[in-house]
Amino acid sequence: MALTEPFWTFLKIAAAVGFGLNVAGLLGWVERKQSAVIQDRIGANRAEIFGFRVLGLFHPLADAIKMMTKEDFVPPEGMRLWHGMAPGLSLLFSMLCLAALPYGDKIVLGGHALSLQPLPLSAGLVFVLAMLSVGVHGVVMAGWSSGSAYSLIGGLRGAAQMISYEVALLTTLAGPLFLYGTLDLAEAVRWQAHSIGGIVPAWGIFLQPLAFILFMTAGAAETKRAPFDLPEGEAEIVGYFIEYSGMRFGMFLMNDFIESIVLAGLTTALFLGGWHVPGLAHLHLSQPVFALIGVGAFVVKVMAVLWLLMQIRWTLPRFRFDQLLDLGWKNLLPLAILNTLVTAWAVFLAGG
Amino acid sequence: MTDPAPETQERPASLARHPARIVTRPVMRFQERIYLIEVWHGLVITSRHFFVNLWRHTRRAIGLVARAGAVTIQYPDDPAVVAKRGRTRHRLMKREDGTPRCVACMMCETVCPAKCIKIVAEESPDVMIEKRAKIFDIDMGLCVFCGYCVEACPEDAIRMDTGQVEMSSFNRQDMVWNMQELLGNKKKDPAANVPRL
Repeated sequence: MALTEPFWTFLKIAAAVGFGLNVAGLLGWVERKQSAVIQDRIGANRAEIFGFRVLGLFHPLADAIKMMTKEDFVPPEGMRLWHGMAPGLSLLFSMLCLAALPYGDKIVLGGHALSLQPLPLSAGLVFVLAMLSVGVHGVVMAGWSSGSAYSLIGGLRGAAQMISYEVALLTTLAGPLFLYGTLDLAEAVRWQAHSIGGIVPAWGIFLQPLAFILFMTAGAAETKRAPFDLPEGEAEIVGYFIEYSGMRFGMFLMNDFIESIVLAGLTTALFLGGWHVPGLAHLHLSQPVFALIGVGAFVVKVMAVLWLLMQIRWTLPRFRFDQLLDLGWKNLLPLAILNTLVTAWAVFLAGG
Repeated sequence: MTDPAPETQERPASLARHPARIVTRPVMRFQERIYLIEVWHGLVITSRHFFVNLWRHTRRAIGLVARAGAVTIQYPDDPAVVAKRGRTRHRLMKREDGTPRCVACMMCETVCPAKCIKIVAEESPDVMIEKRAKIFDIDMGLCVFCGYCVEACPEDAIRMDTGQVEMSSFNRQDMVWNMQELLGNKKKDPAANVPRL
């Protein structure tokens, strides 16, 4: 193994960000097609290259071309520097989250152990949550620097929502963290390797079902996707990015998709057993093959969670703003605290 | 998440003769208020649509059944589907000897709310028939497709049952259909007056 450690880390981060960006591009297609199939429609299928349409897979490409060739307009009242920085800032911090997700276990080649997690941090969860929180800055910055009262209102609405659900999200995660006893995402996945009574895998979803539901709800609100898409309100209520056009607008859309991927990755790592496949350990595969199948399992689970998020997005109507804050502060937060207390008590009684 | 009770308002005197319809706000049960079960019901419905349609799409793609997974009509590629009773482009009817049934009574022109019919009458060579139409133009650009002309006609000379809805043209005078075109003797050329660039 001639691979030096920095080079290997760089390679992994590039792969993780590439994975995120590609899936985010693909999610635009998934969004169109899944909504179409749910609603008995066909969905976008007209973009073609040399007569090939391939189920409308070229539409994200057409979108990108359209966004890049459109005028990048800065409102005359706006602040040019901050207006230009805001979407990049949002996107940068979401992509940093991608690098901390535990895609796979360690791979042992020729006596060297290579971690498949791009950034193996001992406090990976804290890192991801911190980076997700910084996303608020992009939203408020976009709203303020546009020089428009409407986008400012949208930005403040977004900030109020994201900070409210931040509290519920973190409190919810306290329960699983009492169980796993670690902030390292890879260690949390390793903890879920064993099974309860030899049948049910010890995944977070089975041990902490309430936390799973609360986490998904708060996470969907955190990523500003429907039914919690009040900061954006695509067509009906103005959002923080109304003064944006062209690719900067596209970066905000991209940011939403990447945040969804990060949320799906966190859900997979903390609640769905990460890279584990039940029963695979009995097959006695060689270690690298085992690790690579794990990476595949992680990606499949992330896709499944994304499917569920998309399904929820096309099922539920949007909340009113008072309902949204009520749900966050009066329902999710007390339930999360209750879950934390019960889990802490149970862990204490079990002598953990 | 409960809304305040609606305020009771004094009804205006002008409504006194009409009985008030009292709409009671439905009381949500516990399982509806916690919302999660309702979310689950909604997800079941959308997921059923998703998987049933996906199954049909897949079966059709591999050529097993002709049934489509979507109700979409891809209009410019597939022909437009118009109901049998739908009011579509007009046509003028002929007698058994091939002459137009129209006797130029001006009923349709009179009843037309859009004033899109223009008839010029002339004497009929047949002694049993008083008049016939010399010019019978319908401006499709003005027509509102109300069907009054069909109702008004005493001779059943005009009908709106061609099933044709595509009558676009590049300029306004091409929207006018003359008698021969309405009778079906002459095909309407949609590109007759296309401006040359």
